[in-house]
Amino acid sequence: MKSHRVVAPAPWDAAASLPRGDLGGARVDHLVVLGLVAPGARVLDIGCGDGTLLALLRDRRGIDGRGIELSREGVNACLARGLPVIQGDADTDLANYPDDAFDVVVLSQTIQATRNPRIVLEHLLRIGRQVVISFPNFGHWRVRAELAFRGRMPVTALMPEEWYETQNIHHCTIRDFVGLCRTVGARIEKATALDARGRPMRFSMPWWVWNLIGAQGVFLLKLDKGDTLGAPTQP
Amino acid sequence: MTMSLDPPTQTRAEAADMGVPPAIETKAQGTQGHLAQFGLDEPLAMDAGVALAPFQIAYQTAGTLNADRSNAVLICHALTGDQHFAHTHPVTGKRGWWETLVGPGKPIDTDRYFVVCSNVVGSCMGSTGPASIEPATGRAYGLDFPLVTIRDMVRAQAMLLDRLGIGDLFLCIGGSMGGMQVLQWAALYPERVFAAMPIATGARHSAQNIAFHEVGRQAIMADPAWAEGRYLEAGTRPAKGLGVARMGAHITYLSEPALHRKFGRRFQGGSAPTFSFNADFQIESYLRHQGLSFVERFDANAYLYLTRAMDYFDLAADHGGVLANAFRGTKTRFCVMSFTSDWLFPTADSRAIVHALNAASAAVAFVEVESDKGHDAFLLDEPVMFGAARGFIDAAARARGL
Repeated sequence: MKSHRVVAPAPWDAAASLPRGDLGGARVDHLVVLGLVAPGARVLDIGCGDGTLLALLRDRRGIDGRGIELSREGVNACLARGLPVIQGDADTDLANYPDDAFDVVVLSQTIQATRNPRIVLEHLLRIGRQVVISFPNFGHWRVRAELAFRGRMPVTALMPEEWYETQNIHHCTIRDFVGLCRTVGARIEKATALDARGRPMRFSMPWWVWNLIGAQGVFLLKLDKGDTLGAPTQP
Repeated sequence: MTMSLDPPTQTRAEAADMGVPPAIETKAQGTQGHLAQFGLDEPLAMDAGVALAPFQIAYQTAGTLNADRSNAVLICHALTGDQHFAHTHPVTGKRGWWETLVGPGKPIDTDRYFVVCSNVVGSCMGSTGPASIEPATGRAYGLDFPLVTIRDMVRAQAMLLDRLGIGDLFLCIGGSMGGMQVLQWAALYPERVFAAMPIATGARHSAQNIAFHEVGRQAIMADPAWAEGRYLEAGTRPAKGLGVARMGAHITYLSEPALHRKFGRRFQGGSAPTFSFNADFQIESYLRHQGLSFVERFDANAYLYLTRAMDYFDLAADHGGVLANAFRGTKTRFCVMSFTSDWLFPTADSRAIVHALNAASAAVAFVEVESDKGHDAFLLDEPVMFGAARGFIDAAARARGL
């Protein structure tokens, strides 16, 4: 397999620069989204759980938020918060949204659980002007060590289930994901890796370093509509 | 034991004790709640191309309309439902059909909202329908009544709200055929619907559902007592045909697991078959009872008309074949709900609505409620449904400042 040209993206300190005090406990990918979203923006959160992010964005940014959530419990919690959330999943419920329907589309820790990650990513880029996507990095050194030295499928904090129970059917590494971005014509606006404690890495590093020590990747993507910056590189 | 569908003497005796005559005769007695009458100057423009006038709409209310008239809820009833959502039924003596959902402290809180439910046009519980007297002839319309559509029902409801001085609805809610009306409301009068809850419904009637309805209609028409729809003058009632229609339809409202749990293969009054065509099985007895009790309260021609209205419903076809076009630019907030065991309006039908609303960039919530009670689950005690409804309605009320 050909390696991708290593382009270390600009360090993404949107999350790090946010005040932590009054947002204690908030997830980093949520903070990243909060830093991105303009007041009044339209936001789709796929896999929105109990609506924590959407409620945060609504209360702090006055956004027009929508959600998709698999679990009934999650949907009910969202309804109680007054959030328009549909019970569904990324594989089946994205096709009908019109192009550019949202300013920001968020997919947190879910793409590895979809049946067709490529099609899902293409839909995300189509319906959102910006896409924030986070996923567990299967290239993390702990994962590699589990496989290399114990010969076992890894069970980690981000991937807590055994292989026979996990919903994660399409594991990928940060580098794999960068490859998919190129394949579908996604421009990587910003990217960061989060360490095992969910903190963003502060320094710009080559992809291979992130791919080794990042527990999860967080990407800000846009559909590449013809301009050359970030266009797929010919090997 | 007789196999007849004639009402058993016990039922007749009970009815006599309660002093409750059959539905059609009660109309004149004013037990159907309030009545809004529309004269020759206020015709109902029907899709069949007829201006229906005069006509009347029977309705019930609960709660109080607030000063700025912003707390009105319209409940749309299902095929054989009626306006008595929270009131004792004048024929059956049963409690209101949606008292599980509507009442003081309930998700549709009558301490907070003014709730209206009207009998649909074409029905037989006080609103003008095929059993009503046609002014020009002095006899019942029968099959001379124009074919009714879901849109006609909604137009009539809008005229009723105009009469009541209600501009826009805080909430429009209904299940099954009621859900079709909710969708039609949102499409026809988007500016008059703040929040909409279509439950266990579809944006069109499926071929299978049309098929079931046609079997029911043919059962009625095959009854000699139907008399080509002129049974009221003939002094008969097609009770057998209507009873069979109801029996067939009732199966579609349930589910195999619910039937099995409730009846299984258990025998009625014994443990062995009688080697006859008596109602040996409990399920047979149950269905016969459903048929019998239904003919006590419902008009056969009205059943023909209302099933037809559901069959004709296809909201996408009315909007260039694209369902999303029905909701373009809508500001209404939607909460769509389905039930896992509903095979009459399966979850796929609700998903089609949700996808169209997504395509129209509408604010929509969707919940599929886990239930083994089939289509009728929306009328039953379903805590998950109530929880979701409460969450949606409370949030909508906050957004509206109620």
